[in-house]
Amino acid sequence: MIHINIEKKLKAAQGDMLLNVDIKIKKGQLVTLYGESGAGKTSTLKILSGLLKADKGNITVGNKSWFNSDTKINSAPQKRNIGYVFQDYALFPHMTVLQNLEYALVKNQSKDIISEVLEIMELGSLKDRKPETLSGGQKQRVALARALVQKPEILLLDEPLSALDIKIRLKLQDYLLKVHKKYNLTTILISHDIGEIHKLSDWVFVLKNGVIEKMGTPTEIFINKKLSGKFKFKGEVLKIEKEEIVYVVSVLIFNDVVKIIAQESEVKNLNPGDNVIVASKAFNPIIYKIE
Amino acid sequence: MTWEPLLLTFKLALVTTILLFVVAIPLAYWLAFSKSRIKPVIETLVSMPLVLPPTVLGFYFLIAFSPNNSFGNWLDSFLGIKLVFSFTGLVIASIIYSLPFMVHPIQSGFSSISSTLKDASYVMGKSKFNTLINILLPNIKPSLLTGIILAFAHTVGEFGVVLMIGGSIPGSTKVASIAIYDEVEALNYGAANFYSLVLFGVTFSILLLVYLINGGYLKRFWK
Repeated sequence: MIHINIEKKLKAAQGDMLLNVDIKIKKGQLVTLYGESGAGKTSTLKILSGLLKADKGNITVGNKSWFNSDTKINSAPQKRNIGYVFQDYALFPHMTVLQNLEYALVKNQSKDIISEVLEIMELGSLKDRKPETLSGGQKQRVALARALVQKPEILLLDEPLSALDIKIRLKLQDYLLKVHKKYNLTTILISHDIGEIHKLSDWVFVLKNGVIEKMGTPTEIFINKKLSGKFKFKGEVLKIEKEEIVYVVSVLIFNDVVKIIAQESEVKNLNPGDNVIVASKAFNPIIYKIE
Repeated sequence: MTWEPLLLTFKLALVTTILLFVVAIPLAYWLAFSKSRIKPVIETLVSMPLVLPPTVLGFYFLIAFSPNNSFGNWLDSFLGIKLVFSFTGLVIASIIYSLPFMVHPIQSGFSSISSTLKDASYVMGKSKFNTLINILLPNIKPSLLTGIILAFAHTVGEFGVVLMIGGSIPGSTKVASIAIYDEVEALNYGAANFYSLVLFGVTFSILLLVYLINGGYLKRFWK
């Protein structure tokens, strides 16, 4: 269990803001911090990792206290064993992929983990390349692999996939789920992508102006409960085509592209990239077992 | 006309640059990352040699290092060091005089590095010192080179400070810039021209090299 209960005055673009969060995260969960930019998401991760010091409050992880303003405990970021994937990846430009991973080794740690993460993230063929020669998705995989080298208990991901195109993003989401389960991580993700949040996370904290506004499962947070449809899926509009008298809207739902027939009035306000709910009521679904 | 003043000049510049490099890195690191309130004061002190006439600096060194004074006297009697009219004194004065030329490029190098590189290293459990050596310094090579070269070239061009506290002792404190002045006073234009030409050529070449390297023209040699 991670319990963060902190206060910190932040200097934001629009003036001072008080970050005041109290969140509890169960071990092994993958949770998302969601909110507008400047809401305090990155600062929360930095405070948890010790890179930023809270003004008051406490942070407890398991039965260890990492920060407590009353007893003046503040363990250094070096001591917290956190895997952190930064928004700009923070790969060391003067080192090759392999050197980047090796640098992350803890003293006396066996090198076995290096070949293991290289294999999981499918980086073997890139290991002698310098970061500047890698594509965004490749850099992302290196950053994730590097964060896993020190075998952290907690993995922090600061909008790791926001700069990537949709196909690579989907692939990396699978990598993330894989390593989250394989290494029993407790993962905190910052994301703006509702589809991604649905796919990856167990729990969502909505942060607004420095305070937690809402929390719940992704479905509770993002899907309008008033809808009475029996089947409903969150998706992203990829394409809108006109065919004869109707429109065909291609919607990406998780990994599948679904084509939906729509009237002109329905597509009027739709644009590719919009997040939508595809729902259906009063129909008779077929169910059958796979394999 | 001898090579001695020229050799002395380059020896002084070399020793000063090496010591300055060691002193400037922690100082520049502190200036780049500290949020201390006294930082503006320290920044000002470091920059003072840029605007202060070298003779002012030399004058106060002369007073401070003089054996007639408590500090100079203490140095002399306890450590056996004489800083006035000696090579050691010149080195110390040169370090202070060329300080901003080494500190400023390194400081701006540190400031321009993305802070997440440092953060990433810390969360991997690496100490601040380890991060400085393995992450920060290798990523500011051009700034280090600029600092080294500027400090070296500036020490070569030193005159006022050396004149005040060095005197003009051949082989010990008579550097090229002083030798030129002496030769001109003695109406020995040929010798003055010789020293001047060498200094001109060497400093021109050094600066040209910096611009070539940092401009990426010689990139394949600097990697």
